[in-house]
Amino acid sequence: MSVDPKLKARLGVVLIGVALAVLPFVVGASFGNSWVRIIDFALLYIMLALGLNIVVGFAGLLDLGYIAFYAVGAYLYALLSSPHLAIAFPQVFAAAPGWPVWAVLPLGALVAGLFGVLLGAPTLKLRGDYLAIVTLGFGEIIRIFLNNLNAPANITNGPQGINNIAAAQIGGHALNRPLELFGVMVPGVHLQYYFFLALTLLVIFVCLRLQDSRLGRAWVAIREDEVAARACGINTRNVKLLAFGLGATFGGVAGGLFAGFQGFVSPESFGLLESIMVLCMVVLGGMGNIAGVILGAVLLALLPEALRWGAVPLQQTLFGKVLIDPESLRLLLFGIALVVVMRWRPAGLWPSALRKRELAAHGEAA
Amino acid sequence: MSTPLLEASGISKRFGGVQALRDVSLAIRAGEVYGLIGPNGAGKTSFFNVLTGLYSADQGEVRFNGQPLPLGVPHRIAGVGIARTFQNIRLFGAMSALENVMVGRHIRLRTGVLGAILRTPAARREEADTEARAHALLRYVGIDRLANQQATHLSYGDQRRLEIARALATEPKLLALDEPAAGMNATETAGLRALIEKLRGDGLTVLLIEHDVKLVMGLCDRVAVLDYGEKIAEDVPDVVRRDPRVIAAYLGTEAVDA
Amino acid sequence: MDIFIQQIINGLVLGSIYALVALGYTMVYGILGLINFAHGEVVMIGALTALTAIGLLVPSGLPGPVVVLGGLLIAIPVCMTVGFTIERIAYRPLRNAPRLAPLITAIGVSIVLQQLAMIGWGRNYHTFPPLLPAAPHQFLGAAITDLQIIIIATAAALMAALVWLVTRTRLGRAMRATAENPAVARLMGVDVDRVISFTFVLGSALAAVAGVMVAANYSIAHYAMGFMLGLKAFTAAVLGGIGNLGGAMLGGLLLGIIESLAAGYIGDLTGGFLGSHYKDVFAFFVLILVLVFRPSGLMGEKVAERA
Repeated sequence: MSVDPKLKARLGVVLIGVALAVLPFVVGASFGNSWVRIIDFALLYIMLALGLNIVVGFAGLLDLGYIAFYAVGAYLYALLSSPHLAIAFPQVFAAAPGWPVWAVLPLGALVAGLFGVLLGAPTLKLRGDYLAIVTLGFGEIIRIFLNNLNAPANITNGPQGINNIAAAQIGGHALNRPLELFGVMVPGVHLQYYFFLALTLLVIFVCLRLQDSRLGRAWVAIREDEVAARACGINTRNVKLLAFGLGATFGGVAGGLFAGFQGFVSPESFGLLESIMVLCMVVLGGMGNIAGVILGAVLLALLPEALRWGAVPLQQTLFGKVLIDPESLRLLLFGIALVVVMRWRPAGLWPSALRKRELAAHGEAA
Repeated sequence: MSTPLLEASGISKRFGGVQALRDVSLAIRAGEVYGLIGPNGAGKTSFFNVLTGLYSADQGEVRFNGQPLPLGVPHRIAGVGIARTFQNIRLFGAMSALENVMVGRHIRLRTGVLGAILRTPAARREEADTEARAHALLRYVGIDRLANQQATHLSYGDQRRLEIARALATEPKLLALDEPAAGMNATETAGLRALIEKLRGDGLTVLLIEHDVKLVMGLCDRVAVLDYGEKIAEDVPDVVRRDPRVIAAYLGTEAVDA
Repeated sequence: MDIFIQQIINGLVLGSIYALVALGYTMVYGILGLINFAHGEVVMIGALTALTAIGLLVPSGLPGPVVVLGGLLIAIPVCMTVGFTIERIAYRPLRNAPRLAPLITAIGVSIVLQQLAMIGWGRNYHTFPPLLPAAPHQFLGAAITDLQIIIIATAAALMAALVWLVTRTRLGRAMRATAENPAVARLMGVDVDRVISFTFVLGSALAAVAGVMVAANYSIAHYAMGFMLGLKAFTAAVLGGIGNLGGAMLGGLLLGIIESLAAGYIGDLTGGFLGSHYKDVFAFFVLILVLVFRPSGLMGEKVAERA
């Protein structure tokens, strides 16, 4: 039986497209709209994980402060789309800046990317494990500054964070409000879903294109053997900086979306554990493999909910009370996952395309 | 003779208390296979690493094609046309053989971030051309049938060939091979020798560091001998072989009566 | 009261603790080339174990210092076991893995320990009971307590003992040989696996002592205390030159003093723009500056090029 593989692939794309299009309605109708919200977050995590994947998965640079770029994007969006600046600095800002989303997101991406390059420039010549510590330190510095920059000038509003952030507006419609389309009421979370989905697909597209290019090969070459990469004529410093900057850019975009979606930001969303969670998504799914990273992000984004629905009742039936709250159970599982994956499945849950191709080549030979 | 392709003058390099290279000068002519030999620890690999940019030199300069070589900056050295292989093979293990060679093309390609994302016609042409050339190079070294195999899964001899193909992908004027026959059996060495002959036949200049004196003496147009970081001889193999200083340097370690 | 002298004293106390923890990082790094991220968590476990033991011992009516010593003597073997287990389960299987793998594992272990501690000890702060005399002595116009003197003296004694162990004993020689070249050491008859286990156990014992010191010094302990402490101690190890015992001690003391002075003077230096709540940032700035400008540290050999 032979079906034209091209046709098959097209059919697959159409099916996936339809599934993604109706997903929020199906999920919303079966489980309630709070689950659509969870899916929205999963999309944000996919973007974050794909950004970190460029740095860790492709280029092999262990960045433990990646969430800082997410924070930069989120705070930038918050400052430019909330009344905070007008309240804190009335003499400078007569009114809330209220920038449109199509201007804030690219700006957030740019600024986060700039931060990435600024951090990377002095540190990328360091050995891998030193780089990990420096990026970790950098992430903490950003968080400490966010926490404390409410005095003497109130820039970040300190630990309380910034609220009243306007949701993204597209075509004059704020995405957190329902919209009537062809007689169907589409809730805000659904609109956000489509918005995030579009950007996630864009990010995936960019990653796929980069992976299959001169730059993607150069990143993997550096990961595999930096000395040999240099001997091949790769300017390792520039190419690493590029990975850092691009990864940060994705983080910045995701951060902006997060701020607009959530309506408020505070430093506690940007701690080390968040960085590690994103790292976990990359490692669990399969470092360097885009499909694997997406899988990892989805799994870990859904994990807390699964634990809330599964682990809590289970503990209650078994022990009569909740011994381990879902939050620390989640973190415990992250930690165990990192150890177990590195020990027994370092390529992650989803083996990379190369190995599949190789298996196929073996199959032909046999 | 015309001006040499590569001319090193007065290269010195120190590591802590060890003088690895002392005032080494030598010249490699275009189109020849030039051998560099010497007992263990004579400074062969140090010289090689200076030449390919891995180390900077404490003193001295290298002129390549009439221009001063940017010592200490490997990627620029690859850019001006010196490619190398490594004594202990250094491939990109997780990549396929084909991808390894494609990485070698890096410096000859232009596609940037935007070109790669938008896949412009220029980028697409470049990518197709890169793949075609990589296949051609794999054919040239005789391992095109392994193009899609992961590099780490290749046999030892094939890994050496792949490394040479990757070096050739940078379009070098000078190919520097660091002990390519190390760990090879007789058949593999014979194959390697044939490959180097073929490279010479195609007009490439080759610098060969080798432990296998027999291979060097049989293959090279000229040979230089290093001992304790100093050049003690440089001539055609027949002359070098009879040089009393060379014999003294090798005495008790290896015979030169190949 | 002389603020400068006071900050120096506080810095020495803090620095003694950092130095003890830094020794654990530097020994493991020297031998395995691995940053044992989980080391800070071992300190935390030492502190909380000791506090639990002290809580059980207080009703016995024994004198305060004896109770504290009892807590310490229970915390030390617990931490040694934890250190030994970490190495066996998590790091040993990865000795020949790509360099990213043990790092990621170390982060995983760190989280696991932290969450286990949270499950066992809860999210609350545990207070250290007032068992040690707290009346300050006057010293050069500043105040110093018995506890502070004990901390500095104990740390100094332990460091001297460690140096003796490493330089003068058979085991110490085996450690140095392994750090130099594990393969050669093995050929020379050194049981490399045992040496590595021992290094972890030794570092963990020091961590236990440091944990008790931190808890006593700040009067509290908490399941999340290990992270920042570990990071600072690692900074101290890098500052001194990682892999170098003397460097870890020097780096620890220096970092403690830098941090104390900076916390005391930053308000004045920045015209009130930055306050003492930024003190945690200094350690990171020191770390980044050292790594960028002198990655080999103050006393270390050049390690930056070792791939």
